[in-house]
Amino acid sequence: MPVNPEFAGRVYPPSAPYGVSAAKIKEFAEAVGATDPAHTDRAAAQARGYRDVIAPPTFAVLVAQRAEMEFIFDPEAGVDFSRVVHGEETFIHHRPMTAGDEIVGVLTVDSVKAAGGHTMIVTRTELSAGEEPVCTALSTIVVRGGE
Amino acid sequence: MTDLAGGATRARRSFEGVSVGESLPAKTVHVDRARLVQYAGASLDRNPIHWDERFAKHVGLPDVIAHGMFTMGAAITVVTEWVGDAGAVLRYGTRFTKPVVVPYETGADVQFSGTVTAVDETARQATVEITATCGPDKVLGRAAAVVQLA
Repeated sequence: MPVNPEFAGRVYPPSAPYGVSAAKIKEFAEAVGATDPAHTDRAAAQARGYRDVIAPPTFAVLVAQRAEMEFIFDPEAGVDFSRVVHGEETFIHHRPMTAGDEIVGVLTVDSVKAAGGHTMIVTRTELSAGEEPVCTALSTIVVRGGE
Repeated sequence: MTDLAGGATRARRSFEGVSVGESLPAKTVHVDRARLVQYAGASLDRNPIHWDERFAKHVGLPDVIAHGMFTMGAAITVVTEWVGDAGAVLRYGTRFTKPVVVPYETGADVQFSGTVTAVDETARQATVEITATCGPDKVLGRAAAVVQLA
C-alpha cells in the first residue's frame, strides 16, 4: 500500500507528556560524547542561569519520535516502516530542554511528495512545556519504493 | 565550589573575536558496536540495523550502520565545546547522506570539523557549518548550527 497523500496537512492530537529526567540527559550525553558539565552537574547548569541540567541539542529527537510514531504506525497512513530511511533532521530550539520539563509534542504532517518511486514525508513536531514552546523538530523521512 | 568555578571557566564564547572563516577544533570519534548499543539504549532507537549484523545484512546493508542521529549528536559537540555552552545552540540541522558502516573488527572513525560561515552582529549569533566524514564518505550533508554568542 502506498503512502496516503491525503495525510499532508494532518495534525495529530498532543502526545502523552514526557518527563525529562536528569538521569536520561546524563545517559544521552554520555552516549553522544557530550562533555558539557551543564548536562550532568546541576550546580554548573544553575551557575549559567538554567533551572537544572540541560539536554544536548539532539536529545529532542527522543521526544519528537514518540509523536512521529503516531503517524508512522497509523494504519491509514500507509507507511511501511521497514522501508523508512531518515533523510533530514532539524531542531529549532526556543530554549534548552531541561530536567523537570514535562514535554508534549504536537505532530503535523507538513508534506507528502512522490519522487522517483520513493515518497518523501516532512513532519514538524512542536514540543512544549505547558504554554512554553521548547523546540520545533523537523524531520524528513523517505519511504523507499518497492522493487 | 570547584564545580561553580569550573562552570565559570567554560563561560559562553563572546561574539567579539569570532569571525567568518574561523576553523573550530576538529575531532575524531571512534564508533564501535558497544557505542551503538549505548546510543540505542539512551535514545530509545532500538532498530536492529544498528546492532544486529545478521539483520542488517538481511535487509541489504553491508554491515551494521550507526544511527544517523548518533552521528548528528556527536557532530554538534564540535560546536558546543567551542562555544562553551550546549544551551547556546538555537538551530541545528543536517541531511543524512551516507551511512557510517561499523564492522565488528575495526569499528569506524568519524572525523568532525567546523567552520564559521556567517555572523550576525545585531543578534550576536554565528552560523557554523560542520563536516563529518568516514573514510572517503561525507556522512552528513549541509550540517549547520546557529549559536547564540555572549
